[in-house]
Amino acid sequence: MAEFALPANSKVSNGKTHKAPDGATNIKRFQVYRYDPDSGDNPSVDTFEVDMDTCGPMVLDALIKIKNEMDSTLTFRRSCREGVCGSCAMNVDGSNTLSCIQAIDEIKGDAKIYPLPHMEVIKDLVPDLKRAYAQYTSIEPWLKTTSPPPSDKERLQSPEERAKLDGLWECVLCFCCSTSCPSYWWNGDRYLGPAALLQAYRWIADTRDEETGERLDNLEDPFRLYRCHTIMNCTKTCPKHLNPAQAISEVKKLMVVRR
Amino acid sequence: MSLRTDLGKVRGLGSAKEGVAHWWAQRLTAIALVPLMLWLVINIAHLAGADVKAVQAWIANPLTSVLLILMIVAVFHHMQLGLQVVIEDYVHTEWLKVACIIAVKFAAIALAATSLFAILKIAFAG
Repeated sequence: MAEFALPANSKVSNGKTHKAPDGATNIKRFQVYRYDPDSGDNPSVDTFEVDMDTCGPMVLDALIKIKNEMDSTLTFRRSCREGVCGSCAMNVDGSNTLSCIQAIDEIKGDAKIYPLPHMEVIKDLVPDLKRAYAQYTSIEPWLKTTSPPPSDKERLQSPEERAKLDGLWECVLCFCCSTSCPSYWWNGDRYLGPAALLQAYRWIADTRDEETGERLDNLEDPFRLYRCHTIMNCTKTCPKHLNPAQAISEVKKLMVVRR
Repeated sequence: MSLRTDLGKVRGLGSAKEGVAHWWAQRLTAIALVPLMLWLVINIAHLAGADVKAVQAWIANPLTSVLLILMIVAVFHHMQLGLQVVIEDYVHTEWLKVACIIAVKFAAIALAATSLFAILKIAFAG
């Protein structure tokens, strides 16, 4: 039945304010979501006043500065700091993005930093992505063939065939798209979400793959594929400027073509 | 609590191997309804201020009757396809979801049958 009360730990309170060091003139305020499951307390939003004269240009630079100099308990994922690993995906200023390639000076007013929406939170800005990874696994993201490989060279593609994978292979699996999708919020247990579906299409579009039909069979489902209602949040939010909505519609077109 | 693996949960009961017919029917009825609705709106606007006899005569015209029947079929088919998706999106209690879908499908058929009967009655019985 419908639920009228928020789940436990949903109410977010105002947390601590960490002042900038004395003498700082160029201050940017960061409002950061904090949640520590061990404390038993509800989440809070802490305010950090960061001296921008001693901070790098990107949101991730500010988060690292906060962790190093203001509050070492702040928890977030990061690795490459240049937009190729997909670790630091979070909700910045109301949109999902990679914090390492989001410039601070593009944010007007206080910078609001939250974890990816509608995922369970492990701690602070770290969402639980186990199910999203399982969905990626379920589309079997590897080349599947029956023909043996040529003995003396790799499996070949023409330049035109290879070009079909452009806009698909660049995905770094940050799940900004899936966690921005209302349909994934309401039915993420059965809908695969834009990230997994873009990857599914990456293998369907690969001319070297010999199990295209089986891949389509696996997606042909009212929930796995057809929960996509072309809302387009995925395409709007993608920090790599890819188009998951178009990849999904290509899959839907192939479903009709093969009828 | 469930100790089932995430991959086990995601694979679940497997793919239903359907959904494309539903999706295609929704597009076909949508395409059909564009000209049908334009035709209906323009003709209803022309009938503004007309008396009952004039409206009945318009409906009894064979072309009007056929187009109205096509429109009613497309409207209610499109309606039940769309509402089914809305219910599947938002109603997560299994029995309630099934009950809502049954109610919508039955209501669509009953309303369509009533509309078609009314058109045919005017067309044939005047």
